[in-house]
Amino acid sequence: MTTHTTQQTFEYLLRLGDNALILSQRLSQLCGKGPALEEDMALTNVALDLLGQTRLWFSYAGELEQAGRDEDRLAFHRDAHQFRNCLLLEQPNGNYADTMMRQFYFDTWHYFLIEALTRSSDARIAAIAEKSLKEVTYHLRRSGDLIVRLGDGTEFSHQRCQAAADALWMYSGEMFIYDELDQALVAAGVAPDGAALRTQWLAHVQAIFTEATLTMPAADAWMQRGGKQGRHSEHLGYLLAEMQFLQRAYPDSTW
Amino acid sequence: MNSAASRYDAAQVWDWLGAVADPEIPVISIVDLGIVRDVQVGADGLCTVVITPTYSGCPAMQVIADAISEALAAHGVTRLTLQNQLSPAWTTDWMSASGKDKLRGYGIAPPAQQVIDISGLQRSAGSTAHAAISRQLPAPQVACPHCGSAHTSLTSQFGSTPCKALYKCLDCHEPFDYFKCH
Repeated sequence: MTTHTTQQTFEYLLRLGDNALILSQRLSQLCGKGPALEEDMALTNVALDLLGQTRLWFSYAGELEQAGRDEDRLAFHRDAHQFRNCLLLEQPNGNYADTMMRQFYFDTWHYFLIEALTRSSDARIAAIAEKSLKEVTYHLRRSGDLIVRLGDGTEFSHQRCQAAADALWMYSGEMFIYDELDQALVAAGVAPDGAALRTQWLAHVQAIFTEATLTMPAADAWMQRGGKQGRHSEHLGYLLAEMQFLQRAYPDSTW
Repeated sequence: MNSAASRYDAAQVWDWLGAVADPEIPVISIVDLGIVRDVQVGADGLCTVVITPTYSGCPAMQVIADAISEALAAHGVTRLTLQNQLSPAWTTDWMSASGKDKLRGYGIAPPAQQVIDISGLQRSAGSTAHAAISRQLPAPQVACPHCGSAHTSLTSQFGSTPCKALYKCLDCHEPFDYFKCH
């Protein structure tokens, strides 16, 4: 007996896809503007991986919905309040410590989430997770390395890295705050338990921060929420205006 | 009308696919790369080719699908079904030995390890969980494809395409691409 509906799986897939898509778009904004050539290439490589994962999630979502929306329609024909990404991912690129701290918070969660999703009761989700896991592992190894280099670097880089850690901390909790939709999918064995993910997340962030000589903010601090339900910060609208421009100016145009 | 099945079988189709070059690294074929997972030819001549993407965002997949259709059509395969398979996920372990040699000859260091535990999936119950994301995981020994020296260092985990990392040789001082384990 299942405890969840197809509609709920669809909604969950939108959350997964939107997280990947919005971060991919943010990273793409840095294409040609990275602080060094190697970083520029790494950022766009990660953006490309995330975009590929977005397509896999959205294709499946579109098939489940059976409303004729394919991956492009889901990406380009929705407005901000219809997006389901966590608030962390729409935060601006800021300085490079901000960019990498956002990435590190996300990558750590993403790695443990995707690793757990390889055991999802939904075979298609498990297959997409299996495909994504090695990519996500490379992402996390890189962002962890950079946090250590920036945190345990110069006095200036340490200061900026700590400031980024503190400023973005309030956006790091939403990934683990489960609503009814998340709970239904956990009950059905589709999604992993949030509390267990959070324990893994905190342990890894603490380990990297220790090596990076950074202070981890309080785990019980107040956390922002709302992105998963479509209540976004002002940043998302600007991001979408750029990302969706072509489809809004020339609806349904194709290559 | 002649039976199409009399003109080719799966082994023949594998041969033909072995001549289809990877669009990003034209020196190796899509069979060398391990992208083609299965070929079946039905009694009615219907040919089914199963392919798997190297990376989720690999921009070459559509080009590869088109190249397969074109190559097989040129050999008279008119009824073709292309299937995309995600699981089991592609790994560099599927790359052929000759493919690795060709990569080296092309100036790209082939994947160094046979067994990839980068995902952490293969961790045993007793070992440290998620060793794959530990910073203590040793970097692979990568030999320079130009001079053969093992005295090389990683410049960046991410290179000119998703499948490659940037390395440099500390002996001949040439930078090179490393086809990273996946």
